[in-house]
Amino acid sequence: MTNTWQDIKNANVVVVMGGNAAEAHPCGFKWVIEAKIENGAKLVVIDPRFTRTASVADVYAPIRPGSDIAFLSGLIRYLLEKDQIQHEYVRAYTNASLIVKDGFGFEDGLFTGYDEEKRTYDKSSWDYERDDQGFARVDDTWQNPHCVMNLLRKHVDRYTPEMVSRICGTPQEKFLQICELFATCSAPDKALTSLFALGWTQHSVGAQNIRTMAMVQLLLGNIGVAGGGMNALRGHSNIQGLTDVGLLSNAMPGYLTLARDGDVTFDDYMRTRLFKPLRPGQVSYWQNYRKFFVSFQKAIYGSAATANNDWAYDWLPKLDIPLYDIITAFEMMDKGEINGYICQGFNPLQAFPDKGKIRRSLGKLKYLVVMDPLDTETSRFWENFGPQNPSDPASIQTEVFQLPTTCFAEENGALVNSARWLQWHWKAAPPPGDAQADIWIMAGLFHRLREMYRKDGGAFPDPLLNLTWDYTNPVDPDPEEMAMEMNGRALTDLKDANGQVVLKAGQQLDGFAQLRDDGTTMSGCWIFSGSFTEKGNQMARRDASDPREAGIAPNWAWAWPANRRILYNRASADPSGKPWNPAKSIIEWNGSKWVGLDVPDYTAAAPSENVGPFIMNNEGMGRLFALDQMVEGPFPEHYEPFESPSENVLHPKVKNNPAARVYADDRKNFGAASEFPYVGTTYRLTEQFHFWTKHALINAILQPEEFVEIGEALAKEKGIEQAGWVRVSCKRGAMICKAYVTKRIKPMTVDGKPTHVVGVPLHWGFTGQARKGYGANTLTPSVGDANTQTPEFKAFLVNIEKVAAPVA
Amino acid sequence: MQLSRRGFIKITAAGLAASSLGALGFGGAGEALAASVRPFKLTAASETRNTCTYCSVACGILIYSLGDRAKNAVSDIIHIEGDPDHPVNRGTLCPKGSALLDIVHAPTRLKVPKYRAPGASEFKEVSWEFALDRIATLMKEDRDKNFIAQNKDGTTVNRWLSTGMLAASASSNETSYLTWKVARALGMVVFDNQARV
Repeated sequence: MTNTWQDIKNANVVVVMGGNAAEAHPCGFKWVIEAKIENGAKLVVIDPRFTRTASVADVYAPIRPGSDIAFLSGLIRYLLEKDQIQHEYVRAYTNASLIVKDGFGFEDGLFTGYDEEKRTYDKSSWDYERDDQGFARVDDTWQNPHCVMNLLRKHVDRYTPEMVSRICGTPQEKFLQICELFATCSAPDKALTSLFALGWTQHSVGAQNIRTMAMVQLLLGNIGVAGGGMNALRGHSNIQGLTDVGLLSNAMPGYLTLARDGDVTFDDYMRTRLFKPLRPGQVSYWQNYRKFFVSFQKAIYGSAATANNDWAYDWLPKLDIPLYDIITAFEMMDKGEINGYICQGFNPLQAFPDKGKIRRSLGKLKYLVVMDPLDTETSRFWENFGPQNPSDPASIQTEVFQLPTTCFAEENGALVNSARWLQWHWKAAPPPGDAQADIWIMAGLFHRLREMYRKDGGAFPDPLLNLTWDYTNPVDPDPEEMAMEMNGRALTDLKDANGQVVLKAGQQLDGFAQLRDDGTTMSGCWIFSGSFTEKGNQMARRDASDPREAGIAPNWAWAWPANRRILYNRASADPSGKPWNPAKSIIEWNGSKWVGLDVPDYTAAAPSENVGPFIMNNEGMGRLFALDQMVEGPFPEHYEPFESPSENVLHPKVKNNPAARVYADDRKNFGAASEFPYVGTTYRLTEQFHFWTKHALINAILQPEEFVEIGEALAKEKGIEQAGWVRVSCKRGAMICKAYVTKRIKPMTVDGKPTHVVGVPLHWGFTGQARKGYGANTLTPSVGDANTQTPEFKAFLVNIEKVAAPVA
Repeated sequence: MQLSRRGFIKITAAGLAASSLGALGFGGAGEALAASVRPFKLTAASETRNTCTYCSVACGILIYSLGDRAKNAVSDIIHIEGDPDHPVNRGTLCPKGSALLDIVHAPTRLKVPKYRAPGASEFKEVSWEFALDRIATLMKEDRDKNFIAQNKDGTTVNRWLSTGMLAASASSNETSYLTWKVARALGMVVFDNQARV
């Protein structure tokens, strides 16, 4: 989230698209109700199902799964055509005026530079025209046909209301009604907030779904303001934290990135990461990358990281491909290329696409280690549970370890919520039996491995032997010690420009502005710097006071970065520093400095210095044109899901995301609409959380058994009764469960044809207290978003037939 | 002043007995009522601030456990409710958060390390020593055999592809940081978490 949960109450229009907050984030959703009651806000819900979020909406529109970009591109077209944009904001704070290279173009579904064989783009034309100093050229008058604004107009021109309706199945009048509501928020003092979740990410165009809405928000001037923003409602209690700390194939803590094979030397690595400003006088904050990186290496390798060994640059692994995501991992496993797999609090047998492939691949491992508080399906993949998990244990040679761990109630530590707050929590009781904390287990493995490498040698032991481990109790380090390590400290006395000592050696840093690139500071995660200072654990703060009831609560816990609660908040004020909406001011220029309720997301620069508000971007502006940052294009384009009932009516030859990576075996397992005519989509129920709560008795009672949800029209057509048994099948497998026939799903007319949606809740498996189920991933295809590889769980093809009840 | 509900009724009854109503014979009723009410369980419990383990609204919760945290007292969680001071949830919890006590005490919580040998049809209980020794040995064998120090162009790459790891989505930052250190020091790159799913 760019903003906070409570800040939703400041919105004039709340849009929930790509999520179902009322059911998946109930206690956060009440801020939407607050906005409606206290701020007169209108709620717009766009969803294939009439969800509980939709039930309290002012306007609800159905949409076919996987067609969101068409809808939002049509919306952009409307805003530009009716000239309902926040002009001053767009001109000053976005790259609308910047001129794109002559060589850039788009034709028949493809941007310039496509290599069909490799399914990738040469992105060299996706760039600005540069002047002789290397700065991007500008046309403030928007006359140049190659300025971003004009290219965008041209790009979205095809998305007429008729076209949107044809692709999305949304009635035109509903679409236009929603366009009008969006347009009201182009007024400088009106804000629209976008709330979304996995309904947007789990598509082969997931990242572009989100990007399209971010562009809408820039055009409306809604990024950085109270009641605005792009608010990703994250699904798990610390999925934000694990992302921040970089537990992803290609990531390092604080959004630093792991080196690629091409980054042969440390200098090569730095060259591609120290982004130079693209406009005069801009901040381009990643220019500090070297400080963050060197301080990180000092945190993990201590005195072994020196200027002479390039801060132990070579000790980090390099990647030969963009990332080893989970789809790649299981493709490798299926091919016998992976021998060991460790699952720490993760249940891939239920969570990953194409369950049959997951089960088969796990059986090819030499060893599988599962660390979890619960008895997960993954740890028992080898056991025969009948149709829900058919297996022949004698034929599976995998050694399996099931290690019992603590849960939230049994440990200290910080979790990062959706609004980037690091909230410390405390242990209430010891774990059951011999269960141990993950920290204790990782420390136990580390010590054993380090000892073996010390004694016996082996493949490149240096990073292991030199890893910092100066914890008071090395066997079971105190979480506070890791928190302090992430915050960072001075390694020598740090002096300011006047030679005054600012921090003594060994003292905790106040924030990342104190980081140096000469090895005199260390910080394990630069964006957390400030969370555990000499004043103590800031994440443990519990002062709920909220000046002006703005929804900021600046002294409750601690938010990254720098305890800033609303990202890009410089953009909440006009170029002269006056708030666009004085009634909901966040920061403003008082004539000599920036003041307000939040920590300014800016430098100390005066408005007259023309420093752009988007300081992480090298032109200082929000990007309507994404340069080379996305793999499938600098503008979003509608591509059909890989399993779709419809042709791509915009460009039939380029039906799906042309830059998505698809493994040959997975492609063979995609079904066609002729055989599987209905659109499947997965979702959560409000009474269950993934595959965890079925272990809790109350939740197992509330939603005891697997079902699919279908509309009355489809039920009638297929002779399916309420609570009758059905077989839901796809090219990859089938499940037998009950049908729940509702008025919430109605057929949509897509390209002239009726299209039915089958809803597949995802909560059941074969362990826990609920009844046995197959799991939604029995049906989902193994293909991911082209940028992130998040699997396409929200749009796939199935068939459904009435069957007799299974024999008990 | 700490006052239990039973204590409150007793005091009330005493006040009643001293009043004119007491003279009318209602005093004994108060005594009987006080005797019939169980003491309010949470007054004797320890209160711990924590965060709901499910979605990332991250509702504040209060965990109540028996035991006063003295060295030899074993705490046992008896109740969990929303934290009324929390600025986001303000004491509310959803159907999942309201049932947190049931997940803490789920019968399928794991209590001992278990091991399943190749081809075996069941788990058997093992010691932590056995489990960690065996896992570390398997990891080292695989790493030593398959570690890639240099690619074919001679560039130092120091990666280990043949063992992968998935990190959690509800573990703390501190757990994840320590996990990152260990996994990357081994050269792991087949390494991901729930954020990508």
